[in-house]
Amino acid sequence: MKAAIIIFPGSNCDRDLAVAFEKVTGKKVTLIWHKEAIIPKNIDIIGIPGGFSYGDYLRSGAIAAKSPICNAVVNFANAGGYVLGICNGFQILTETKILPGTLMRNKGLKYICKDTELLIENNNTAFTHGYQKQQKVTLPIAHHDGNYFADNDTLSFLYDNNSVAFTYLNNPNGSINNIAGIMSKNKRVLGMMPHPERLNDTQLGGTDGALIFGALDTIFN
Amino acid sequence: MKLLISITLKEDVLDPQGLAIKNSLSSIGFDNINTVKQGKIINIDIKEKDPSKAKNQAKEMCEKLLANTVIEEYQIELKQ
Repeated sequence: MKAAIIIFPGSNCDRDLAVAFEKVTGKKVTLIWHKEAIIPKNIDIIGIPGGFSYGDYLRSGAIAAKSPICNAVVNFANAGGYVLGICNGFQILTETKILPGTLMRNKGLKYICKDTELLIENNNTAFTHGYQKQQKVTLPIAHHDGNYFADNDTLSFLYDNNSVAFTYLNNPNGSINNIAGIMSKNKRVLGMMPHPERLNDTQLGGTDGALIFGALDTIFN
Repeated sequence: MKLLISITLKEDVLDPQGLAIKNSLSSIGFDNINTVKQGKIINIDIKEKDPSKAKNQAKEMCEKLLANTVIEEYQIELKQ
């Protein structure tokens, strides 16, 4: 699996995400600065990391979504490429409209930083086939604007296509229907607020996140 | 031409910040408040004299970047 990670000014989870990919692939991850307009050839999966791109100015991910590289990411996704957007990455995916809906200010208005329990809703995808259906996993969240919202038509679309990947057991931020992560219709793009790259090693306190990267690696080998 | 753009959450979207402000106003004695909606003002000065062209540009900028039309609506005022 050849992975690339996009870096925006203000991204801060790029190195953790690179380590997570390198751990399973044994290969160095390609880092792409947001000003590049092209995704290099032979990339299998693009990671859009967490952080505060452009300081969350205007709206989280709004300005990053207009970067030259995001045009290339949209084309990459439309051509069937795999994309994993985590936290700010999820926000950027909704702002580019690669994924539907939006992430709003947490309902309780506070920044939340804690391990949280999730349910696996769809384990039949490249990202989630390492989990059991309805398995409970623990992943950390660290966000101020993680409150997922989508209108009724969008929700119908998500459920009709089995596109909800994870839900919160104890909804920390007001996300509609407890949604913590969603996928594109072709299931090759995943956007999630929790951070799998932060709990993928016993030295980090848990390995529930490792199953996503391991699952992806088996798809490409 | 000056574009005075205000962006707020749509009517049916929960606005916890607006609610927090309402509660705070209430606590300092303003107890007749029905609702508070909080938003953003973005003022843009553009090189354009034609009001119709200016309004169209403002609308396009809102649709493309300034507002997230999934949850936000916008109002545009022009000033020469």
